[in-house]
Parts: sequence; structure tokens; C-alpha cells
Amino acid sequence: MARVAASRRSLLGHSYNLVGVVAALVIVAWTLIAIFAPYIIPHSIGDIVDDDYFGPMRQGLWLGSDYLGRDMLSRVLMGARYTVGISLAAVSIACFSGVVLGMIAAVAGGWLDTCLSRFMDAMTSIPSKLFGLVVVAAVGSSIPVLILTLAVIYIPGAYRFTRALAVNINTMDFMTVARVRGESTVYLIGSEILPNIIRPVLADFGLRFVFIVLLLSGLSFLGLGLQPPLADWGALVRENIGGLPFAAPAVIVPSLAIASLTISVNLLIDNLPQKIRDRNP
Amino acid sequence: MTNLVEVRNLRIEATTDAGRVVEIIKGVSLDIADGEIVALIGESGSGKTTVALSLMGHTRPGCRITGGVINVNGKNMAALSEKQRARFRGTAIAYVPQSAAASFNPSSTIMEQVIEVTRIHRLMPPEQARKRAVELFRALSLPDPEGIGARYPHQVSGGQLQRLSAAMALIGDPKLMIFDEPTTALDVTTQIDVLKAFKSVMRAGGIAGVYVSHDLAVVAQIADRIVVLKGGEVQETGTTAQILSAAQHPYTRELLAAFEPRPRQVHADADAGAKPLLRIDNVTAGYGAVRDDGLPLIRAVDCINLVVEKGRNLGIIGESGCGKSTLARVIAGIHPAAAGDIIFDGKELQRAAGKRSQDQLREMQIVFQYADTALNPAKPVEDIIARPLAFYHRLDRQARSKRVDELLDMVRLPRALRYRRPSELSGGQKQRVNFARALAAGPKLIICDEITSALDTVVAAAVIELLKELQRELGLSYIFISHDLSVVEAICDEIMVMYNGERVEQITPDKLKAPTHPYSKLLFSSVPKLDPTWLDGLVRDPELVSQYGHR
Repeated sequence: MARVAASRRSLLGHSYNLVGVVAALVIVAWTLIAIFAPYIIPHSIGDIVDDDYFGPMRQGLWLGSDYLGRDMLSRVLMGARYTVGISLAAVSIACFSGVVLGMIAAVAGGWLDTCLSRFMDAMTSIPSKLFGLVVVAAVGSSIPVLILTLAVIYIPGAYRFTRALAVNINTMDFMTVARVRGESTVYLIGSEILPNIIRPVLADFGLRFVFIVLLLSGLSFLGLGLQPPLADWGALVRENIGGLPFAAPAVIVPSLAIASLTISVNLLIDNLPQKIRDRNP
Repeated sequence: MTNLVEVRNLRIEATTDAGRVVEIIKGVSLDIADGEIVALIGESGSGKTTVALSLMGHTRPGCRITGGVINVNGKNMAALSEKQRARFRGTAIAYVPQSAAASFNPSSTIMEQVIEVTRIHRLMPPEQARKRAVELFRALSLPDPEGIGARYPHQVSGGQLQRLSAAMALIGDPKLMIFDEPTTALDVTTQIDVLKAFKSVMRAGGIAGVYVSHDLAVVAQIADRIVVLKGGEVQETGTTAQILSAAQHPYTRELLAAFEPRPRQVHADADAGAKPLLRIDNVTAGYGAVRDDGLPLIRAVDCINLVVEKGRNLGIIGESGCGKSTLARVIAGIHPAAAGDIIFDGKELQRAAGKRSQDQLREMQIVFQYADTALNPAKPVEDIIARPLAFYHRLDRQARSKRVDELLDMVRLPRALRYRRPSELSGGQKQRVNFARALAAGPKLIICDEITSALDTVVAAAVIELLKELQRELGLSYIFISHDLSVVEAICDEIMVMYNGERVEQITPDKLKAPTHPYSKLLFSSVPKLDPTWLDGLVRDPELVSQYGHR
């Protein structure tokens, strides 16, 4: 107990621990890279700058070169943009819709709840990769299509999760009090339920972000994601898979990038700062 | 070593999440002789449960024993390792929790759970353990001792479950039993059976006990000695008779005084002929499928009529499951009635709250039993109280803030509390906030559903006094629902006794001594008295008990 207390530091009425801070720093770093990638990449992502393919790390080409001799560092930095950007957009849409629908279903109950829940169950039953494959085959691959597809795939999960939480809150007496007061559904879900489930919802947001990064990488790996010469990290792994026998950095680095982002998000979720609610003596 | 338990200068500290260390037990010493039952009493937060748990060498998470000696059966529990302590738990010391319902595993049979201790400690073969369990069931006067073990926890009643948890504790043949408010959650008629059963097995086995409670009357029936705790310190120790008749410490006297609530001054009938504020005619409500006649399958409230006059209070009393809370919900429109009329302030109300006008909703407020769940834990107190002000009265931010201060003054809470969240308040404070929110609406009628049941005696008495005062100032009416007769007696002008969804009797407090209906007789005679000989001398008509008691 004492050791736990010692490893947590407090600031601004919240207590932090080291793992959470490091994870947050990694996420912030990738976010900054995603934003500023076009200004910091040493080479254009399409330029062939190396005579050799799967070149090793060396001065000028810090992460070696890929299967066409393009600069890997630039491609990974730009890849962050697509991986983080698309995933973030998709997870925001998925969680916002899922959470709002889930809370409405829990508060309204009755036929609305039944219809929504059965519809979401039906959605869940579609394998995600297959769904992505069909959509991409039907309308072609572009960034908006990818974002929407990923969002739709993950709405049912967010909906189920939120509904389960909200149903518990909904049975509390303060919900009855608010109802008898005559409050609207918007107030009920926004002011009474949401503040009570926001922490698990945020944790779920992070988890779903990780899933989406991995699914996006998976889709790209299958060639259904971003189309060349654009490439997110998943696509980078796929196109450089031939470098595996040579232990080329071109295949290892994007894999590490995916791992570092997803693991950091998970660690941050598990180590979110906790508000200190200590009664004054 | 003369006593079974010798606690000397026990200190327990807790660490808050900011790393601040708080001393919650400040040097408690107590002795328990073989076969003696000692009661620990005190208000919530006084450390009585913490002391009781420490006898097993256990502290709740975040707490630790920092000093003192806890000698139980010759072993210092404070100095033993966790593994060594575990050897004594269930064999030398056993624990009976407050809520048996929450302490049983719903997915395995009662018998398996009762004999689990013998398996863990390898005390006896399972066959023998089962036989012993059946003997205990019989000793605890449980119905069908042979067969009850095969049932699952949800198949027996709360009082039976509480006795089964005692059987679970007794099977390891302990020298010391720790009871943590074992009857607080039970009805009075059930409580008597449980207390009688506890008392007889403890006496027969010569087992020493620690009985944690805040109910002095219950303690008076079972304990040999009483230790009064407050703020982590022993205030007073004495035999039960001493404490009851000649309490020295002011806090103990307060506890005793709270037990005898000041009777309500009868209204000067200046407002005689007052219009009825609320009238209910033949209301029926219930659960389950609706049948052909438009009534639900299970009727929780059956053809109830009642009248509440302006400025006067109606008490509704009955045991759990009698439909009194459902009635409150029917009146408030939370659970729409299946039949009958509700007339409030001269106008007929819609059955469902959603169809009533905002003013109708505002004028009738309901306050729930558990302030823990009735207050949104994510919001500070000021937001909770301010919401009805914004919603019904459309006050702006400044006016709201001023009114919140006034309301906090009204319910006697310090203004600084407005920034706190409900989890940072004590039980009594929470219930006051809960009440302040109802007041904020500016109601004419407040339905109080068991609002003092979760509070300890002294706090409950203070809340009742507060309600009376507010009534004088604001001219409110209350419908006061409770299973606690003394509370209802203290505040109500009329008392309605409910049984099985029906009204069995309506009487005034001064006639409480002479109820006419047999169920009222049974109910009123089951309320524990401060007299230590009350339980042993209590003779109940067995026919009445079998007719109305839920055993």
C-alpha cells in the first residue's frame, strides 16, 4: 500500500504514475508527428533515394530504405498521419454514435431499445474484415470510405458497452428523481448518466482506438486500405514483408510503430490520472 | 491470561488517496470474557466495525493496525502473519455480516457454503459436517432443517438467510463470534426470531460474542456488556443494565434520548376543516401481466384509500413487501396505478408522472430511502440542489447560488459543503441534501420513503426534528413511510398500517398502545424495548405469528 502511494505523484489535484506519464508522452509524440509530418520528413514519400532495396540504417537514411529504395523514415512519419488520423476520426464517430445511442436506448427502454439492440446485434454478427472487404470492393478505397467503414464496424461494440453501463445507472434513484421532475431525455443522458460512465467510456474509447488501428493496419496489409503511394503503418508492413528474411528495418520499424502506439494507449487507459477526493481534516 | 479477548491500546490508521494518514481508532482497549457478549455501539463512522474486524486481525483496504495488542484466545492477532491469522478465522473466530443476502454465493447451495469452513480447515469429513449443519439449522429454529441446505440463497427469506450465515459461522465451533449489525436489515417481526435464535445458540455453546449495532434496544436484548464508541475512542463501558439506567457519558445519553422521540405536539386545530391536499380512492397497482379485468397479476397495492390534509402528516407503516413503497411510487406517478383516482389539491392527477403538468410534479416531491443512490455521485451538492431551481423556477445563476445557501441553512448543513460530492458526506448529511433538493422545488407534499432507515438512531432523530421544524416554517405535508414505529409515531398525525397490499388499520399516535387489528398488535408488540428482559419475557400469540409472520 505504501509503495503504491509513493509511486504516484500528485499535481493539480490529480495523482499520476510514471507508466501513465510515459505512455501519454509516446501518444503525444505520435500525435505531433502526425500533425507536422509534411514539414519534418527529409524526403518525399514517393522519391526513390537509395540504389539498394531494403537498405540498412545509415546516415541520411536513418531507418533504411524500403522495397523500392524509398526513405523509410519519411514513410513511417507520414504513415503516422494516416494511421493516427484515420483511426482517430473513425473511433470518434464510432464512440460518439455508439455512446449516445446506447444511453438513449437505456433511458428510453421499450421498443426503441429492442429495435436498436437487435439491429446492433445483427451488425456485430458481420465479420469486420469481411465487411470492410465488401465495402471497399463496392465503392473503392478512399480515406472517407475507410473512416466510415471502420466507424460503422465499431459502433455496435460502443453501443453495447455504453448501454450496459447506462442501464445500471438508469436504475438508480436519482434517475427516478430526475424523471419525476419531468426532465428531458437530453438532460437525462447528458447530465445524469454521462458523468457517471465517462471514465469507462473513455477507457473504451482508447481500447476501440487500438482495435481500429489494428483493423486499419490489417485492411492495409490485405491491400484494402490506403492505396499507394500513400501508406499507413499496416500498408508499410505489407509492402515490405519481403524484407523479413533480410531483417530489414523497413518491415520492423512500422511494426514497432504500431506496437508502440497501441501499447501506449492501453497503458494510458490503465493508468489514467485519478482525481484526489480527500476530505479536508 | 484471564479473558478470551484482550485488546490493549489498539490504533488503526487509514491512508487517504492524497497520502494523508488519518487515525481512525485511537487507542481502544476492551476485554471479553469466555461466553460473554459485548456490544459495540456508536454512530456510523465511530469505528465500531473497524474494531470488530480487527479482532480477526483484518482491516479494510487502506487501513492498517499501527499499534496495540489484540489478544484473542492467547494469540496476538496484530502480530501474526496473514497466513497464521487465516488459520484462526472460521475456527476460533467467526464473523456474521450485516447483509447475509450479499454474503452468500447465489450459484451454489446453502449447504455447500455452510460447510465450506470445515473443508478449508479440514475440520471434519463432509458427511459429518452436513450432519452438524442440520443440527445447527435446528438449533437456530430454521424451518425444514433437513431440506433447507439443498436450496439456493434466493429461495429463502432474509431472516432465514441471516440465521444460515450464523450457522456458517458456528460450524467451525468458534470461541468468539463477531456480529456486524446482523438484524439491521430485517423487519421487526423477523428480527425477534433471529435475535432469539442467536441468543439461544450463544448461550448453549458458551460462545463469546461481539455484537456491533447502533440499535440500543436490540443490543439490550442480547448483550451482557456495552462499549460505547465515538470518534475511534471508547466513551463508556458498562454492563447493559448500567448503561441503560445510569449512562454517564453525554453521547450515551444522547443515544438513549434519541430512542424516546419527543412526541409531536398535537396541532392546535386552527386549521380544522382544512381541505384535503391529497385524496386517493381505491387505488390498485402491481406487477406482472395485465389480466382481463385490467388489473395486474400481482397486486402490491390493493384498493387503498387515503386522505392527507394540508399541513398534516400521514404515516404508512408495514413490513417489507407490504406494498408501502409501491404505494409511494404510485402516488408520485413513478409506477402508474392500474385503477383508482388520485386527487391532489383539488385536481385529478394523471396516473403516470410523465403526463402530469410541471407544476403538479413540482408540488409533490418524493425523497428516497437511500441517499447514496438518490444523489448523483458525479455531481457536487450545489448542482444537485440547484437543478430543481433552474428547472422549475428558472432562476439565473446568481439567484440559484443564493437559494442553495438558504436551502443548506434550512437543512442545517454548513454552506461549505456545497462544493463536495455525495461520496464525501456522511449518511445524515446526504439525507439532508436529498431533502434539500425536494425543498428546492417548493412542494406542498413530500413523500418520505423510509428516509431514516439507513441512518443511525441519533442522526435519524435529528432528521425527524428537522422535518418537524420545516413543517412549521413552510406549512408542508408529509407522507411518511417507514417500518420503524417510533419514527412514524414521532411525526405523524395519522398512521395507516399496511399488510399484504391492503390497509388493515388507521389510527392516531395516541391510540398506538391499543391497536385493534391483530396484525397491528403483532407488529407493535415486536418493536424492541430498551428493557433487557423484554425479549425473554416476550410472549407472542403463536397463531398470530403463523398467520402474519414471515419466517
